[in-house]
Amino acid sequence: MKTCLVVDDSRVIRKVARRIIEDLGFEIAEAADGMEAMAWCRTAMPEAILLDWNMPVMDGLEFLRQLRAEPDGKTPVVIICTVENDPARIAEALDAGANEYIMKPFDGDIIISKFAQSGLVPEMAA
Amino acid sequence: MKPEDLEALRLLVQGRSGVVIDPAKTYLVETRLGPLARREGFATHTELFNAIRETRDDRLIWAAVEAMTSNETSFFRDKAAFDEFRGEILPRLAARKSGPIRIWSAACASGQEPYSLAMILAEESAKLEGAEVQLFASDLSDACVEKARSGLYTQFEIQRGLPIRSLLNHFEKEGEMWRISSRLMQMVRWRRINLLADLRPLGTFDVIFCRYAVASFDPASRKRVLEQMKGLLSPDGCLVLGLNETADDVGLFPLEGRPGVYCKTPGYKAAAA
Repeated sequence: MKTCLVVDDSRVIRKVARRIIEDLGFEIAEAADGMEAMAWCRTAMPEAILLDWNMPVMDGLEFLRQLRAEPDGKTPVVIICTVENDPARIAEALDAGANEYIMKPFDGDIIISKFAQSGLVPEMAA
Repeated sequence: MKPEDLEALRLLVQGRSGVVIDPAKTYLVETRLGPLARREGFATHTELFNAIRETRDDRLIWAAVEAMTSNETSFFRDKAAFDEFRGEILPRLAARKSGPIRIWSAACASGQEPYSLAMILAEESAKLEGAEVQLFASDLSDACVEKARSGLYTQFEIQRGLPIRSLLNHFEKEGEMWRISSRLMQMVRWRRINLLADLRPLGTFDVIFCRYAVASFDPASRKRVLEQMKGLLSPDGCLVLGLNETADDVGLFPLEGRPGVYCKTPGYKAAAA
């Protein structure tokens, strides 16, 4: 089974995302900040990462830049999931190595659509 | 609403638009007619419907029909159909070098389909070698055409089916909404068209996208629309339907491996080679 690491400092958001992504056939791991997420990735690199931007300890973009510099760090599909919706900020996240980008608030349809575009689930599921 | 009123509404919508409302989906009546009723100054959707019955006000009737037939959609819905358009259909038509390439997005709802086509046309423009492309879009609903023409979408709408890079390339943020670029907006010509009307004045088309529209029509209306569309297709033209929709019964030829894509002439893949 593929694994998706859900990184968000909100337990509620992690729970909502978990429910949606589990239905897409992923095993879910959770982290509350970038530092925790990095520990996960160094233990077992996930196939997908749903990544919040603004978090304590280590924010999403700092984590993403470090991840992409790790051995095997280029393999996970990273989908940023944040309230940031300014085009310049979105471009900044893509430059840092994000594959896709979700603006909060999201719903199940949006997550499924973004997972399909990233090739994580077949297009027909979308 | 009383059952006989619901039945009368069903007949009204079917008579005007060809759309059959599934009796199991009568719960839609309140959610769809409710907002219209309030806009028109009625307390409830039942009051609105009573007024329609008493006055037979054509404007109100159409507003109700439009409200009942509006549909959700997304950008690049059924991505395979757009891949086919980008990778096969468009290059083949561009190589033809006779006359403009005419494309029609029929039943375009709030415009995601024609704008998806416009994005592809903009991205592939270098490969079109100066071929003239005319992109038309229509819907039964004035409200839909108006919204589509505005090119303005909510954050929810632009996250359905649209890759983030396409959003950055083709849209501008406007407050909490996103607006399609003026370049793409200017590529599309909009019209309100009832598919049950005589479509011949529209001229011929090389590509017609008409997805998830006729599937909800009564069988006679569905066939009439598909036959008319077949008549409008150029000899190397094709009709793109929804994934589960077919047009074999009107003499169009399915494209192998591409559910929903039908050609006027069989074997265009071989012809393109």
